[in-house]
Amino acid sequence: MIFISLLVAGMLGAAIVACILKDLLTAVIASCVVSLIAAILFFFLQAPDVAMAEASIGAALVTAVFVIAIIRTNRYEE
Amino acid sequence: MTFLYNYIYYIGCFGLVFIGLYIILVKHNLIKIIIGLNILDTGVNLFLISIGYIKKGTAPIFSNPGINPNRMVDPVPQALVLTAIVIGVAVLALALSLAIMVYQHYGTLNLRKVKQQRW
Amino acid sequence: MRKIFSLIILGILAFGIWYSLKNIPFATHKTKVGKYYVYKGIKETGATNIVTSVVVNYRGFDTLGEVTVLFIAAIGLGAILATRKKKKRKEIEKPSLILYTGCYLLFPLILLFGAYIFIHGHLTPGGGFQGGAIIASAFLLRYLGCPERKINRKASDATESLGGLIFVLLGLLGLIVGGYFLLNFLPKGVPNLLFSAGIIPIIYIAIGFKVGSELAGVIDNLIEESK
Repeated sequence: MIFISLLVAGMLGAAIVACILKDLLTAVIASCVVSLIAAILFFFLQAPDVAMAEASIGAALVTAVFVIAIIRTNRYEE
Repeated sequence: MTFLYNYIYYIGCFGLVFIGLYIILVKHNLIKIIIGLNILDTGVNLFLISIGYIKKGTAPIFSNPGINPNRMVDPVPQALVLTAIVIGVAVLALALSLAIMVYQHYGTLNLRKVKQQRW
Repeated sequence: MRKIFSLIILGILAFGIWYSLKNIPFATHKTKVGKYYVYKGIKETGATNIVTSVVVNYRGFDTLGEVTVLFIAAIGLGAILATRKKKKRKEIEKPSLILYTGCYLLFPLILLFGAYIFIHGHLTPGGGFQGGAIIASAFLLRYLGCPERKINRKASDATESLGGLIFVLLGLLGLIVGGYFLLNFLPKGVPNLLFSAGIIPIIYIAIGFKVGSELAGVIDNLIEESK
């Protein structure tokens, strides 16, 4: 119970960090942390298929596609 | 304290939805708006799965065919969320390719400057 | 000014959501359709993973629509990012010996793991989409570590089209044999064995190949000329 509250607080903290920062690469890593903690919460809600899908698709491939797009454009927000 | 126990998952997912909506409405860099879209998508999927949860339930898989199916969690929202995650990735990839094209055409990703350029 | 407006709108939305959700209790039984699928799932389909039987058998047409949406997104991305003039690639330094030896050793192991996940999709948690994403991340590793950084485009396009075609052909075979699209016409067998549950493992193998080569093609389109 305390563990789940800590995880939810960490998820919301990472989302606020992704909103505030001006360095786009760090904001993308913060959004990857949100996706990872959501995959752990899916496991606590007794849904192993969805946890596996979110961890492999949402946390790995989306971050890779974002980083490749940032390479081709600016890194810092203006 | 019992209020916290009952609603901790709802607070988590609606917090994510509101942060995602705030990023989309207020920020004016195109890639940051797409990051907000990703956070909003994750929040909505978390909400759909937490609707189907039963107290002290187990996963809907028969590891040996003698398991009691009385306390299994609802399998229908899990099937719908599986589809929704994959479609979210597809939309995100297409949106990022459009952002790359905007950068190549206008030279900047700031939406205020892009809107002020005329033909 | 814009921030105050958006905060007011979010406040109205929060009040509306709280008002409509305060009567829904958390963690109780809510629907009857889920109970029907859990109680009669093994007898009607033969798969022991109930989520797989819902995705492929009871709601198979929605999965066909999802595969179509993924296909349209991959084609759109390839069409938007196509360039006509060939730019010269800038020279970057070659990866070191440890890095590309490790990549050569890891690449077939990750492919094997992804194939295990989508073949046993009807017995354990897993399935076509998860296995396909793992195969795509194996190709991403190949881009990062190995000195020649390209994949065979013709083979990946052929695999993707073949996967989608097998899915639609199985549905049409069900229409010819029984009476309706995506009918489960192969014998159901004993549950908890590998060869059971009719056409469900065949559909998941086709979906696994299709999603894996599709996402690898998306990454290849994005990396092209980005160095």
